[in-house]
Amino acid sequence: MIKDLLHSAPSLLNFGIFFGLAVLLLFVVLGFVTYGILSERKIMGFMQMRIGPNQIGGKWGLLQTVADVLKLLIKEDTIPKKADKPLYILAPVIAFAPAFMVLATLPFTDAFQFADIGVGLLYYMAISGISTIGIVTAGWASNNKYSLIGGMRAAAQMISYEIPLVMSLVGIVLITGSLNLNDIVAAQEKVWFIFLQPVAFIVFFIASVAELNRVPFDLPEAESELVAGYHVEYSGFRWAFFMLSEYVYMFAMATLTTVLFLGGWNSIPYLDFIPAAIWFGLKFSAVFYILVWIRVTFPRIRADQLMEFGWKVLLPVALANIFLTALIKELINLF
Amino acid sequence: MAKKQAKAEAAEKPEGEVDIAKQKAEAAAKAKAAALAKKQAKAEAAEKPEGEVDIAKQKAAAAAKAKAAALARKRSKAEAAEKPEGEMEIAKQKAAAAAKAKAAAKAKAAAAAKNRAAVQEREEVNTHSEISPNQSKLDQIVSAIESHVGQGALLEHYINRLSKDVPTLVANPDTYFSIAKFLRYDEQLDFSYLSELHGTDFESHMEIYVHLHSFKMNQSVALKVKLDRDTPVIPSLVPLWSGANWPECEAYDLLGITFNEHPDLKRILLGDDWKGYPLRKDYEPYDVEV
Amino acid sequence: MLRTEEMLLNVGPQHPSTHGVFRLVIKIDGEIIKEATPVIGYLHRGTEKLAENLQYTQIIPYTDRLDYLAAMTNNYVLCHAVETMMGVEIPERAEYLRVIAMELGRVASHLVWWGTYLLDIGATSPFLYAFREREMIVNLLTELSGARLTFNYMRVGGVKWDAPEDWIAKVAEFVPYMREQLAGYHELVTGNEIFVNRVKGVGIYTKEEALQYSLSGANLRCTGVKWDLRKNEPYSIYDRFTFEVPTREEGDAFSRYHCRMEEIEESLKIIEQAVEQFPEGPVLAKVPKIIKVPKGEAFVRIESPRGEIGCYIASEGKKEPYRLKFRRPSFYNLQILPKLLEGENMANLITILGAIDIVLGEVDG
Repeated sequence: MIKDLLHSAPSLLNFGIFFGLAVLLLFVVLGFVTYGILSERKIMGFMQMRIGPNQIGGKWGLLQTVADVLKLLIKEDTIPKKADKPLYILAPVIAFAPAFMVLATLPFTDAFQFADIGVGLLYYMAISGISTIGIVTAGWASNNKYSLIGGMRAAAQMISYEIPLVMSLVGIVLITGSLNLNDIVAAQEKVWFIFLQPVAFIVFFIASVAELNRVPFDLPEAESELVAGYHVEYSGFRWAFFMLSEYVYMFAMATLTTVLFLGGWNSIPYLDFIPAAIWFGLKFSAVFYILVWIRVTFPRIRADQLMEFGWKVLLPVALANIFLTALIKELINLF
Repeated sequence: MAKKQAKAEAAEKPEGEVDIAKQKAEAAAKAKAAALAKKQAKAEAAEKPEGEVDIAKQKAAAAAKAKAAALARKRSKAEAAEKPEGEMEIAKQKAAAAAKAKAAAKAKAAAAAKNRAAVQEREEVNTHSEISPNQSKLDQIVSAIESHVGQGALLEHYINRLSKDVPTLVANPDTYFSIAKFLRYDEQLDFSYLSELHGTDFESHMEIYVHLHSFKMNQSVALKVKLDRDTPVIPSLVPLWSGANWPECEAYDLLGITFNEHPDLKRILLGDDWKGYPLRKDYEPYDVEV
Repeated sequence: MLRTEEMLLNVGPQHPSTHGVFRLVIKIDGEIIKEATPVIGYLHRGTEKLAENLQYTQIIPYTDRLDYLAAMTNNYVLCHAVETMMGVEIPERAEYLRVIAMELGRVASHLVWWGTYLLDIGATSPFLYAFREREMIVNLLTELSGARLTFNYMRVGGVKWDAPEDWIAKVAEFVPYMREQLAGYHELVTGNEIFVNRVKGVGIYTKEEALQYSLSGANLRCTGVKWDLRKNEPYSIYDRFTFEVPTREEGDAFSRYHCRMEEIEESLKIIEQAVEQFPEGPVLAKVPKIIKVPKGEAFVRIESPRGEIGCYIASEGKKEPYRLKFRRPSFYNLQILPKLLEGENMANLITILGAIDIVLGEVDG
């Protein structure tokens, strides 16, 4: 249906349909963020022998995040006097918008996808890089020293880890011969890429955690060092934007991991009576859970060690993986 | 009476006793004394054999400081001839509790022996004179100072009985730094650790109290110096012990003692604009309401 | 060539990792610290000045508020100083109660350190685990003293009151439980590569420097100086227990970590032995209602979880001290900080500061 729309002539109706769909997705994602945060808090609570949210919305705290977001919405909007005002206002938008843009190409199931473009993978990588600009802008515009250090850390970290992230995927692209995410999922019908490309998966997963700025790579906001890093001066809804973009990215990254390595919505043999959407949901939840698990377990890595690890370990390993994949592919082609 | 108790207990399990005694023999001198004391208790209750006195002496010499403290305490408290009620009770309890567990028995007996030895020692010391076990160390330090820094460098030197028999040196303001330097760098003395530095306003004078420790001698020493109350100025000890830095700032902050050649003498606890020195006895709060 | 500038950054007085109101003015070039100046005194309450107008027993609650994570040792050092001067013989049972309380306090204090240190380094879970165990100790001490942190439990001549029934049994139960948890801690954290990379080789100083700067406690023992006042200048009844003094040679943050973790184990050993030997009897010696200390002065020092805590009393023979002075280990230990921070980066600042283990109530007095 969407494909037909994409190919039809531009009209007000089409715009309306697209807009409506986008708003729908926005709410779906916001819904996910709401319950993603809640489940993260609940899982963390479970792992840390706490109860977690249990007051608002029954004993599971089902409305806790809703209440939190509501609070953030009606909170006073503070802008520091000495802040660079236009940039300060713009920064959360720059950080947030790309987080939504990347969702457009992600195939959740064979039917549920917005744009099936040929270079979906490249699109994701390219757009997600823009968020860094938002974070650096926020760090700069706040006119706060902690923010500045946080922003600089974020820039250094995200640029450094974008490279191994992309490099680790080249192997998959080599095997599939396509940058299209649907093609990649289709190529995994028999064997998931996590088994064909285990090294790539490890590199990708580590780099993705770093891209998400989550523990153990949460240096840009390292609470105990930089108080809150780049968003230290933000409050209310502006801060909520950073929070949202972080969780939307988490949503996107978990989706991407599922699509690239866990076979997307493909089922395990003999279990294909279960709908594709559920398969996707299960794998997605597993990735999400592991991300939370990592957050609960690890301490934070140090900036110089982070750089060292990115450039001296992950990148060479990713490159070696590309080389090996190419070599094996050629050998298979030969015989 | 305590001994009888111990004897009865020992008779109950003589086998284990010997074993324990053997184990102990390998252990510290203190433990040795305990085992021996136990055996002796088994042998005879009323009389105190020669050996025990010897051991008690040895033991007292070995663990001089701690024991001497207990000793001083007891001496001041009790008469020489009679054992106070409380002590016997304690010994009784100890013996009773000892029956509970082997490990407990060990420690108890050691403690009991220690008490007994202390009593013994007390009687002995009382017959002699009141020489502190630290007296020899004080003499050593004082003679070293006098031969290196000069006669009359010390105003006074004594054993502070109240303060666990710590040798106390009182220096002249002029010789304070050179004595400290000597204590710090002399190879025999080697007071490498500054444990504490603070000042006190004694109304007639100001005083700096420095507590030093030598790991080589395993001995602490208190170095004091009396200062003129109106212009309390003294050389800083920071060149010798970096650890004196903040304590000197604190003394400056709260008492107004100036330390010459201190790298960064400042108000460390109070605000820079604070008026007066609160720990001086004549200090009037700037704002009485607060 | 770009023009670069050094930046002056105030870490604190309100900062998550200064563990209280401590301010550190640092000059940074990028993330590299060029110079660090600690500013203290935000929590100065003038304990020593106040004490000059208080009777000895009235001072005890003030000591609770110095090192509020291990108030039992603070209680003890004051009582010990007064008792040393007065020559009071402490009843056996009171000594045992004191030792058990102090060692429980030491375990609790090290647990708080462990949890908050890992929180500084960025791991959230250990903090909650440590506080779970610490809560049990706090509960035990509450049963004993009636207060969670500001115990005010010790008195000149003994302790305020006897332990409640079956309290000793509860303590005995706690020891094996804590050992089990400790093994879990090691499994979770000690071998963690990220953690080891963060702390190993960070904040190194030598034995000579440690002595030069009057460091004490684990900060001194991590350089290989086997110095623990419980062992070397035994006070109370510590000479009755067998325990080790854990030392390390490296002198870095990791060695301090090891020393403290092993100290927990040693404290548990002491508690275990004390519980086994726990005698019957009175818990307060016969001391006068109004305590008057003989004229003179005394300085005693004991081993607190943070190092050597001392108490100096100058007495005129009155019911108030003429001058009371605490040698506060955190205050002395913190002096080495500017030296350690030079040339380090921001992340190491937290690692180094945390490893010193300061309590601001104690630093500021």
